[in-house]
Amino acid sequence: MEFYDSHILSVILFTPLAGTLLMLFVPREYENAHRWLGNLFGFLGFAVSVPLVWKFDEVAHIPGFQFIEYAPWIPSIGADYRLGIDGISYLLILLTTLLGAIAILSSWSAIQSRVKEYYILLLLLQVGMLGVFMSLDFFLFYVFWEVMLVPMYFLIGVWGSDRRLYAAIKFFLYTLAGSVLMLLAILAMYFNHAAMHAAAWGCALQAVHEASTFNIEVLLAVVPSFGATLQQWLFWGVFFAFAIKVPMFPFHTWLPDAHTEAPTAGSVILAGVLLKMGTYGFLRFSVPMFPDAVKNPKIMAAVITLSIVAIIYGALVCMMQKDMKKLIAYSSVSHLGFCTLGIFVLTPAGLTGSVIQQINHGLSTGMLFLIVGVLYERRHTRLISDYGGISTPMPNFAAVYLIASLSSLGMPVLNGFIGEFTILKGVFEVNKVWAAWGSLGIVLGAAYLLWLYQRVMYGPVTNPANEKLPDLNAREMACFLPLIALCFWIGVYPAPLFRILEQPVKKIVLTVNPTYYDKPVMARPVAPPQGETAPATLPEGK
Amino acid sequence: MQSYFLDHIWLIPLFPLATAAIMLLLGRRLPHSTVSALCVGSVFVSFVFSAGAVWQLTQLAGERVHQVVLYEWVPAGAFHTTAGTLGNFVADLGFLLDPLSAVMILVVTGVGFLIHVYSIGYMGHEGGYYRFFGYLNLFMFSMLVLVLANNMLLMFVGWEGVGLCSYLLIGFYFLKKSAADAGKKAFIVNRVGDTGFLLGMFLTAATLGTIKFTEILPAIQAGHFEIGAPVMTAIALLLFVGATGKSAQIPLYVWLPDAMEGPTPVSALIHAATMVTAGVYMVTRSNAIFQLSPVAMETVAVIGAVTAIFAASMGLVQNDIKRVLAYSTISQLGYMFLACGVGAFVGGIFHLMTHAFFKALLFLGSGSVIHAMSGEQDMRKMGGLWSKIPTTAKTMLAGTLAIAGIPPLAGFFSKDEILGKTFEHSRALWLVGFITAGMTAFYMFRLVNMTFFGKSRVDHDVEHHIHESPRSMTGVLVILAVLSIIGGWIGWPVALGGGNRFEHFLEPVIAKHGGEVAETASMAAHASAAEYLLMLASVGVAALGIWLAYVIYLKREGAAERMAASWSGVHNLLYHKYYMDEIYDALFVNRTKDLATTLGAFDRTVIDGMGVDGSAWLTRFVSRVSIWWDTWIVDGLVNLSGRIVWIFSFPVRLVQNGLVQSYALVIVAGVLLIFGYYLTR
Repeated sequence: MEFYDSHILSVILFTPLAGTLLMLFVPREYENAHRWLGNLFGFLGFAVSVPLVWKFDEVAHIPGFQFIEYAPWIPSIGADYRLGIDGISYLLILLTTLLGAIAILSSWSAIQSRVKEYYILLLLLQVGMLGVFMSLDFFLFYVFWEVMLVPMYFLIGVWGSDRRLYAAIKFFLYTLAGSVLMLLAILAMYFNHAAMHAAAWGCALQAVHEASTFNIEVLLAVVPSFGATLQQWLFWGVFFAFAIKVPMFPFHTWLPDAHTEAPTAGSVILAGVLLKMGTYGFLRFSVPMFPDAVKNPKIMAAVITLSIVAIIYGALVCMMQKDMKKLIAYSSVSHLGFCTLGIFVLTPAGLTGSVIQQINHGLSTGMLFLIVGVLYERRHTRLISDYGGISTPMPNFAAVYLIASLSSLGMPVLNGFIGEFTILKGVFEVNKVWAAWGSLGIVLGAAYLLWLYQRVMYGPVTNPANEKLPDLNAREMACFLPLIALCFWIGVYPAPLFRILEQPVKKIVLTVNPTYYDKPVMARPVAPPQGETAPATLPEGK
Repeated sequence: MQSYFLDHIWLIPLFPLATAAIMLLLGRRLPHSTVSALCVGSVFVSFVFSAGAVWQLTQLAGERVHQVVLYEWVPAGAFHTTAGTLGNFVADLGFLLDPLSAVMILVVTGVGFLIHVYSIGYMGHEGGYYRFFGYLNLFMFSMLVLVLANNMLLMFVGWEGVGLCSYLLIGFYFLKKSAADAGKKAFIVNRVGDTGFLLGMFLTAATLGTIKFTEILPAIQAGHFEIGAPVMTAIALLLFVGATGKSAQIPLYVWLPDAMEGPTPVSALIHAATMVTAGVYMVTRSNAIFQLSPVAMETVAVIGAVTAIFAASMGLVQNDIKRVLAYSTISQLGYMFLACGVGAFVGGIFHLMTHAFFKALLFLGSGSVIHAMSGEQDMRKMGGLWSKIPTTAKTMLAGTLAIAGIPPLAGFFSKDEILGKTFEHSRALWLVGFITAGMTAFYMFRLVNMTFFGKSRVDHDVEHHIHESPRSMTGVLVILAVLSIIGGWIGWPVALGGGNRFEHFLEPVIAKHGGEVAETASMAAHASAAEYLLMLASVGVAALGIWLAYVIYLKREGAAERMAASWSGVHNLLYHKYYMDEIYDALFVNRTKDLATTLGAFDRTVIDGMGVDGSAWLTRFVSRVSIWWDTWIVDGLVNLSGRIVWIFSFPVRLVQNGLVQSYALVIVAGVLLIFGYYLTR
C-alpha cells in the first residue's frame, strides 16, 4: 500500500503491462482464459486509477504537477523516467483507463481469431497512451508516443475489415511522418537549452553536460524565453505531429480509413483517446512553450481558420457518407475542430471547454462507435442503406443510441453541451465572427446525427434480415451504462471538471497572457428594489 | 409553511421529470392504468405546487420576486467583458418566480394537466402508450425549466429540451416517414434559431457581465446604456432570431405546419399552448434589453404583424382541420410579437394565456372530431356533425368565438388590448392586425361550418362509427371552454369599467427606462372615444368575417368552389403555402446537400487522393527513379569504371592469365633469354 501511495502513476501505467506479460505465458489455445485475463486487467487498470479521484489535489496547493516520480534512466544524455500529472492529464488518464476497460469488454464476442495477440496488443496500447499523458520527460514522452503506434497498427492491420492493410499503413506512416518533425523540434529545444547555459556560464557546449535535460518541467520554464523566431520554428515543428494526430483539416484523411477498417474496440480507443494525444500536445507543449508563436496574429488566424474549416467541413462531409463508421469518423473531425478552436483562442473558457469537450468526445463518440459495433456484429455491414426501422426489433438499443446521438450533438443536460458552450463562450470573447461560424457547426451536427438516426432507426423494417435482430445483451449494456451515466453527470453537474481545470488553465493563460487576470474586477450587480437606481459603486467602462 | 411552496419551486419541474424517467426506463412493463396515474398525477402535483407558490408569491410583502438557487451549474470562470473588466461567468441551477413566470407556470401546468387527462382517452388505443406519456412528461419538465430558469443558460436548457421533446413527439408515429421527416425538420429549423439565442447570450454576458435575469436591469443601469445603444440592438435581434425559431415566426415558421404529424394532444400542448409561446416569453423576459432598442422593437412588431397576416392568409384555404389550426397558431403568435414590439408586453402575455385556453380547446376539439371520424382530417369529408358529437361541437364553437374576438369571450379582451396599443404606436401595423382579425374570424368559422354544419359529406363506411368521445375527453373540453369564455375577464379593461388586474400584476416585470418606450408600455388605459371606436371596429370586422364564412360555406352551395376557380392563381398560391417549402428546399436544404456532396468528393479526390495518396505515389515514384539512378547511374558508373579498367587491362590480362604452365613457360623463356644474353655477350 505504501508503494502504491508513492508510485500511483507507475502502478497505473504498468498494470496493463503486467497483464500482457502474464498472458504471454498462457498458451494461445485457451482463448477464454485470454478473454478473462484481458478483461481482468482492463478492469484492474481502471480500478487502480480510481483512487486518483480522491488523492488528486484539485485546488493544487502545490502548483504544477502532482504525484511526481523520478528515476534516472540514461544519465549520459539527461533522459530520465519522470512522471507527473496536472488537472488536464488527470482527466485524460481517467478517460483512458475507463474507455480502455470498456473497449476490452466490448470485444468479447467480436474477436474470434488470434485472441491472445489481440488482448496483448490492446493492453500494450493502454500502456503507450497512459505513458504519453504521464511523461514529464521529452525522451520518455517520445518513446511512448511511438510505442503507441505499433499495437494500433497491428489492431487495424490484423483484425480490421477489407481494406485493413491500406488503412494500417496509412495510419502508421502518416503519424510517423509528423512525429519525426517533432523529434527534430525536441532536439532543437534540448540543444538550445544547453547552449543557453553554455553561453551563460561562458564555457564550451560539451562542458554543460549537467544542464542537458529532457525534463519537461524545466523546458516549460525555459523555452518561452527563446527568441520569437526560434519559437515559431519550434511551434511549426511540433505542430504537424499534433495536427496529424488530432487530426486537423487538411491532415485528417487517415482517420476515416483507420476508423472504418479498425475493429470496434480499436475505433473506440482511436476516437476516444488517441486523437486526444494531439490536443493534449497542443495544451501541454505548443501553447505554454511557444507563447510568442501562438500569440502571433498570423499563426493564430491560420490555426483557428483550420479549426473552423474542420468544424464545418467535417460536418458537411458527414452528410454524404454512406458508411456509418465513416460518418462518425468525420463527425470526430468536426468535434475535434471545436477542441482546437478552444485551445488556440487562448482564453480560460476556451481552454477549459476544450478539455471538457475532449472528455465528452471520448464518451459520446466512443458510444457511437460501440453502437456501430453492435450493429456490425449482428449484420456484418456498415452501410446505412442496409438498415432502417431498427427501433422495432431493438427498443433498448434505440434508447441508448438516441442518448449517444443527443450527447454528441450537444443537447443540454448531457455532456456535449457543456463543452461546446464553454468553448464558444471563450471564442466569443476574442472574436464574435469565429463564434458565429462555430455555432453553425452545432446546427449541422444536429442535422447529420438526426438524419443518420432516422435512416437507421425509424420507419418500417425494410430489410428482412433486420426483422429478428436481438436487442442489447447484458454485456453490451454494461459497456454503455457507465458512459451514459457519465454523460448525464457532466451535463448536470460539471462543476468538478471546472474546478479541476481551473489551476492548470490559469497557468497556461498566464504564460501566454501574463496580464489576463489583472483587469479591474467587474462587480456583480445587485438587483435594486423596483424604482430605485442602481448603486453607484460599479466600475464604469475601463 | 409561509414560504414552503416558494422555497420548493424547484420541485415543480422535478415531478414530471421523475415520472418521465420511470416511464422511459420501466414503462414497457407497466399497465396503462399505472402509466396514466403516475404521469397525470405528477403533472397535477406540479400544478398544486405551482398554485401554492403563486399564492405565496402574491402574499409577499414588498417585491414579488423569489429565487431558489440549488448550486452553481456552469462556473466557466474568468472572462473579459467588452468594457475591459474581468468578469466571472457563473450559471446557476436556479429558479426564479416572479409575476411573469407565475403566469407561465400556471398556464403550463394547468393546461398541461388538462391535456394529460385528455390524452388518457385519446391515446388509449395506441401502441407506445408509456413512451407517449414519458415524452410528454419530459416535455413538461423542460417547459417548466424554461419558464422558471433564473438565467439565460438554464432557460436555454429548457429551450433545447422542449425542442427535443417536440422532435420525439412529432416523430411519435416513427413508422411513418412524413412524421419522422417533420420531427427532424422541426429540430433543425429550431437549431438555426437557437444559434441566435446562443450568440445573443454570449453578447449579453460579454456586455453586461451576467446572464442572470434579475441582474440584467441593474447591469444595464450600471453600464449607462442609453436607448438606442447599438450593442443592445444586436443582443435583442440575436435573441429574437431564437424566438422566431421556437415561436414559428417568419422566416423560421416552416416547421410548425408539418409538426401536425404528431398526435393531436401534442399539437395542443406543445404546438399551440406552451412551447411555441416560449419565444414570446423570452422576449418579455428580456424586455429590459429590447426596450433599449427602438430598431429591435420595430423589427419585432413588423415581423409579428407580417407573420400574423401571412399565416392567416394560408389558413384561409387549407382543408386539413389541424393545418388550419396550425396556421392560426402562427398567426396568433404573430399578434403576441406585435404586442411585444409596440411595447405592450403585458398584452402579449395576456394573449398568450387566453390563446393557450382557446387554442388548446380547438386542437383538442379537432382531436375529438378526428377521433369520431376514425382518423379523417380532411374537412371536405366532414359536415353536419353538430348533432352527432354535440359536446365537441358546442365547446369548439365557444373556442371559435373566443379566437374570433367576440365579447365577452377571452380572445376579445387580449386581442383588443393588443390592437389598442398598436393603434397608439402605428396606424399601419394596426391596419394589418385589424385585417388579420377579420381573416381569423373567417377561417375559423369556415372550419366550424365545414365540420359541424351543412350537409354531411362523410364517407359511408365512416358514418356508422361516428361517436362522441369518452367523458375524460369531453370533460376537458368543457373546462377549457369555460376558461375560454371567462379567462379574459381577469384583464377586463378600465375603459369598460374593469380593473385590468392582470396588467397590474405583471407590471413590475416590465422595465422602466424612462423615455418614450416605457411611456407607451405603462400608459394607463384611460377611456376615450377612440378606444370605444377601436373595440367596435374589431368586433365589426370579426362579424364581417363570420358573415362571409356563413355566406360562402353554408348559404350558397358551391360558392367556395366557384371562388377558388375564378381566383385560381391566388388560391393555388395560398393553398401551396406560397411555395415556401419548395423555395427553402431549393435555397438551403438542397444547396447544403450539394455542398456536402461536393466537399465529400473533394475530400476523397483532392485531399486524400492527390494529397495523401499522391504523396505516397510520389514517394514510390521517387524511389523508382532512385532505383533506376542507382542501377544505371551510380552503379553504372562503378561498372563503367570497372569496364574501362577491364578494357585498358587487355595487354596485362594476356600475361596475367592464371595458367601455371604459361607462367612456367614465360619463366623458362625468361631464364633462357637471360642465359642467352650472358652467353652471347
